[in-house]
Amino acid sequence: MDELLQEFLSETGEHLDTVDRELVRFEQEPNNTDILRNIFRLVHTVKGTCGFIGLPRLEALTHAAESVMGQFRDGASVSSTAVTAILETIDQIKEIMAELTEKGQEPPGNDDALIGELRALAAKASQELSAKEEPGVPLDPVAAYLAKSTGESRPDELDLIFRAAPSPLDKPRAPGAEEAAARPVGPATLRVNVDTLEHLMTMVSELVLTRNQLLEISRQQEDAGLKAPLQRLSLITAELQDGVMKTRMQPIGNAWSKLPRIVRDLSTDLDKKIELVLEGEDTELDRQILELIKDPLTHMVRNCADHAIEEPAERLALGKPEAGTIRVSAYHEGGSVTIAIADDGRGMDVARIRRKATQLALAGEAEIEKMSEAQILRFVFHPGFSTAEDVTAISGRGVGMDVVKVNVDAIGGVVDIASIAGTGTAITIKIPLTLAIVSALIVASGEQRFAIPQAVVRELVRVKASSEHRIERINDSPVLRLRDRLLPIIALAGVMGRSAMVEDGFIVVTQVGERQFGILVDSVFHTEEIVVKPMSTKLRHIPLFSGNTILGDGAVVLIVDPNGVARLVGALPGSQEAPHSNAAGDVAPAAERTTMLVFRAGADQLKAVPLSLVTRLEEVDAGLFESGGGRTLLNYRGKLMPIVPVEGVEVRESGLQPLVIFSEGDLTMALAVDAIVDIVEEALDIEMLAMAEQGVVGSAIIRGRATEILDLAHYLPKANANWLRGRRDDTLASGPHVLLIEPSDFLREMLVPVLRASGMRVSQSADIALAAGIAAGHADLGAIVLDLDRDPEAGFALAGRLRAEAKHAGLRIIGLSTLPTPELHVAASLARFDEVVTKFDRRALIAELTESRPGLRQAA
Amino acid sequence: MSTQATRDESGAAGFEDSLDYVTVTVGEQLLGLPIGRVQDVFIATRITPVPLAPREIVGLLNLRGRIVTAICMRQRMGRSAAPAPEGCADCELVAVGIDQGGEAFALIVDKVGEVMRLERSTFEPVPIHLDSGWAGLAKGIHRLEDRLLVVLDVDAILRIELPVAA
Repeated sequence: MDELLQEFLSETGEHLDTVDRELVRFEQEPNNTDILRNIFRLVHTVKGTCGFIGLPRLEALTHAAESVMGQFRDGASVSSTAVTAILETIDQIKEIMAELTEKGQEPPGNDDALIGELRALAAKASQELSAKEEPGVPLDPVAAYLAKSTGESRPDELDLIFRAAPSPLDKPRAPGAEEAAARPVGPATLRVNVDTLEHLMTMVSELVLTRNQLLEISRQQEDAGLKAPLQRLSLITAELQDGVMKTRMQPIGNAWSKLPRIVRDLSTDLDKKIELVLEGEDTELDRQILELIKDPLTHMVRNCADHAIEEPAERLALGKPEAGTIRVSAYHEGGSVTIAIADDGRGMDVARIRRKATQLALAGEAEIEKMSEAQILRFVFHPGFSTAEDVTAISGRGVGMDVVKVNVDAIGGVVDIASIAGTGTAITIKIPLTLAIVSALIVASGEQRFAIPQAVVRELVRVKASSEHRIERINDSPVLRLRDRLLPIIALAGVMGRSAMVEDGFIVVTQVGERQFGILVDSVFHTEEIVVKPMSTKLRHIPLFSGNTILGDGAVVLIVDPNGVARLVGALPGSQEAPHSNAAGDVAPAAERTTMLVFRAGADQLKAVPLSLVTRLEEVDAGLFESGGGRTLLNYRGKLMPIVPVEGVEVRESGLQPLVIFSEGDLTMALAVDAIVDIVEEALDIEMLAMAEQGVVGSAIIRGRATEILDLAHYLPKANANWLRGRRDDTLASGPHVLLIEPSDFLREMLVPVLRASGMRVSQSADIALAAGIAAGHADLGAIVLDLDRDPEAGFALAGRLRAEAKHAGLRIIGLSTLPTPELHVAASLARFDEVVTKFDRRALIAELTESRPGLRQAA
Repeated sequence: MSTQATRDESGAAGFEDSLDYVTVTVGEQLLGLPIGRVQDVFIATRITPVPLAPREIVGLLNLRGRIVTAICMRQRMGRSAAPAPEGCADCELVAVGIDQGGEAFALIVDKVGEVMRLERSTFEPVPIHLDSGWAGLAKGIHRLEDRLLVVLDVDAILRIELPVAA
């Protein structure tokens, strides 16, 4: 085929995609002249090029479309029929182009009907214009002439030409002007064949490997002459790798450029009002991955429009806005990209999916009965699963969601689905940023080495039978005490089918989603940039590994997939294991459990404080205490820390004094206690005191003994008068006004002082029902912290109500949960929460409240 | 399995009436691999075993920067493990390199023989009473003067039954 034609085809294809997208935008904001100018310019360019290489049929079509758009540009009102006609024209053009690509020439036939329609529209519009007797945009023939004669035009000049260019209806065309104008004045870019880039990538991968091999050799030799150039080579390789990776990255917007058009057409076809919101178009993804997710994305958006969004009348009857919203968003999160497709439609009918699953015998009846909602929802990813009563042309044939899952699985992604009946559905897809090069920790288990992606590794802990960190067992399940928490341990050798129960080794603390667990390995070497090569097709079914690579010494090692490891042993709510997946359902009973630090203070009196508020426990030689200004002080980590005895405790004069240390920002204090007794996790039933007794909030039965719960708010100011006043001078004035809605009196009592100490103004309420009223009364409200354990539905509903009000536009809504499961996260993001924080993670809560971090809501 | 298919497979041979094979032995049996499918013959060293892999897969190895999946032909053909202990990283194994769909595989055999050019007239379909496991892997038999050569179906060998994908 003619090279010129080839060039034309690829360029025009891109132009037309842009026109598609822009037209839909234009229909929504007909007064946006920028968009119009853009469209006009694009169509004009296409037309010009058609004329130039002699494609009469295409030229006639674009000419007709351009006339209509010319009228719009001159101020004619934009009707939906006109936009439809132009979109049809563009489809026709695409068809002709497809033929062109195949045969190298325009197909025979004519488009008189379409052209006629366009002409009629143009005539109508021009009538309208003349009726309005608008002067129109003044022509500037001088500028046009100048631009034409210099041949090189700056973008702003180009605009002038376009404005001045005669609308093709007015006069016969002046081809010269168009050709000059048609020259694109774009950024300095170059079209590169994808194969060339792929080849480049492979070569860089090999270079990285070779560099690694060289580094390995130089590590064994002490040759200074070799070291310096090798260092340089290493740097250059890294930069080259970066650069080449960048060429593969494309904004995700490319993958969804067709969505606006699809949604527009669907909404016309289905007589629904649908608003498509795209967020995070600039998020960059590897080209290869982009290609793979394009179709699944389109499919899911179609599904939303067809099934999820209700008819306008139905929506109004339900008190929802008439137009449904489909929100597609993308954002980076760690080493991966999360794409969320959320709608505010009718949500999924769990009961119906349950019935259908039983009908299709996807699992035993009894089994299905017992499944949690989240598990039931996952059935929609089953091949051939569709609950649609009638099959429409758009979707509902039971193909689709399974294809989505297969495609996403293929690139190592995870699909999740959450739905609230009547409120909407959210599907999140988490996919790796790139498949090519990652940083990995090389470990050994048995004779063999493995790579663990650095992105999931939190820390390394050395364990030894005799040392402080040793592995303990609960019914043969190994655990490790790590900073007062139990970390489940998975022996790598164990999951690989070898039963080596070693006591010594390293724990690679791994975080997958919300969960942490440790992987026990024999030894740890170093971190290495590895080129991820896909697993052999014959081995891809093994969930333990996500790929393989060649190390610097030439050996092949397997890349451990922590997700797979966790799922294999059931540490994650995955596909099969019921007990864990039930987590979402079990939230309510678990909600009331609190981890408390129990200590003795004064005459055999047990007292307790939530462990989450405690920073550290110490035992310090009393001889180190100093006194000043009537207070006891300790030089602790280079600072003077006040020591306050708990009511009834005498600070010791000699021997070891147990201290409970609290810190907040740069303020630190220690409570002196008689002895630290235990850490217990228990469902607390606190009896609040009617009258605030000094230093005690209430009492509870812990391990069968009456225990007083300490009121921190009483002690903090004793250590530092500023504490509760929250550094009034600077932060308080600017501190956000926070409304805390928490049914548990205890938790409220605990959190309020902490929040106040961080410089926030706090209003509180125990009742969700009252919250909306309180919020309405405080226009300056900056954030709402909302308990999601007691009644998540009510919380979601409240968030929905608040979000609907304009005056709360900037409000941050933060959910509190004892156990924030991924399901809860998704549900919360659907309800447009900003973030969900673990209930006793006060650091995270304060960070959320003080920083305006982008949260879940961006995802929704 | 028609002879026509075999001709297509070994089109590289270029002669109408003869077929070229790389011969290998597994146990006592002489086997032939269509020469068009064989990339190279090499000594496989430093094989990385893959835990939980199917029995037939010995492991992975690095062949000039490519990761190759090594398949033990003894296991694949239902024979007992090779005399040399399997999967050991240091032992040297003779391997035939095969390419399928852009992926590299190595068939670990006992011995690699010579390249043989055989007359099409000596080719016969697989005898009907052959063990079904074997019959599925063979394309046919060549009658040699003193022995029989089983022509292997490379794609069938690589069609390893996997547990239902997780």
